[in-house]
Amino acid sequence: MTNPEKLTQAFATALNINKALITDDLKYQGITQWDSVTHMILIAELESVFDIAINTDDIIEMSSFAKAKEIIRKYGIEL
Amino acid sequence: MSGLLSDRTLMITGASKGIGKATALLCAEQGADLVLIARNKSLLDELKTEISSKNSGKIYVFACDISKEEQVAEVFKQLNSEKILVDCLINNAGVMPVSMLQVTKSETIRNTYETNVFAVINACQVAMKSMMRKRKGSIINVSSIVGVKGHTGNVVYGSSKAAVIGITQSLAKELAPFNIRVNAVAPGFINTEMTRDIDEKIKEKNLNSIGMKRFGTPDDVAKVILFLASDLSEYVTGQVIGVDGGMVM
Repeated sequence: MTNPEKLTQAFATALNINKALITDDLKYQGITQWDSVTHMILIAELESVFDIAINTDDIIEMSSFAKAKEIIRKYGIEL
Repeated sequence: MSGLLSDRTLMITGASKGIGKATALLCAEQGADLVLIARNKSLLDELKTEISSKNSGKIYVFACDISKEEQVAEVFKQLNSEKILVDCLINNAGVMPVSMLQVTKSETIRNTYETNVFAVINACQVAMKSMMRKRKGSIINVSSIVGVKGHTGNVVYGSSKAAVIGITQSLAKELAPFNIRVNAVAPGFINTEMTRDIDEKIKEKNLNSIGMKRFGTPDDVAKVILFLASDLSEYVTGQVIGVDGGMVM
């Protein structure tokens, strides 16, 4: 699985949504499935999948799928 | 019972002395791997040697000022690099200034809150991520009977320990969906270095207020922490357990 595929899969798993919903426009609290609780699940999933430790500022900043890509790249992951 | 903590990694802050040390010794006996944190590296090394002579679990020691976020981050960075995930966090490090509020310096207030409150929140914030990955974990915060009942000369300390209870109860609600338990112990008068210098008359008064007519030992508290760290308490969260011998304040 490529890194972009892993990222999409992580979102689908953490938010329990269909991959078709995962686009750059997907926003935190933009759908009922992405709330404060599933946001924490998402962070844990991303850390596990990419073997990184995301700092608190980045957790707060991760407000959309597009932003998530930007943040994950900061940790040396090619997307 | 033995092996209550086999295959678990416990992080203990303030591990070099008192309740932290007693907890480390007891949990090692139960098969835990330990991450021991304190400011004094030589005391940690001594403790590591003592534990290793009797137990086979892994022990990692870090000299770290828990009130310094960057030092805590570095500890977790090193743990992550070695693929060590913390299963249980025991927030034990603390300071206890004693003075009437009227004569308490703002620096003392700040320092107390940095160690007793902000450091606890920070450690929880970092440690809970590895627990969330596992969908299992236990956080144990060491509060105090003073945080529950209050005590003269302890406005700053008591309020900081009351905050620890607030952290415990709210975080327990946040993390319950992830099967992560958060509990606190509220020790009464425990014979440790922290209470060593308390005036004898005050000690006597305290002793008279204890139903069991003896001061507690670090082991008394460690046993409750062991219970909360193990699966014996797997349906217990958001609780504050007094370890005070029936102390009335």
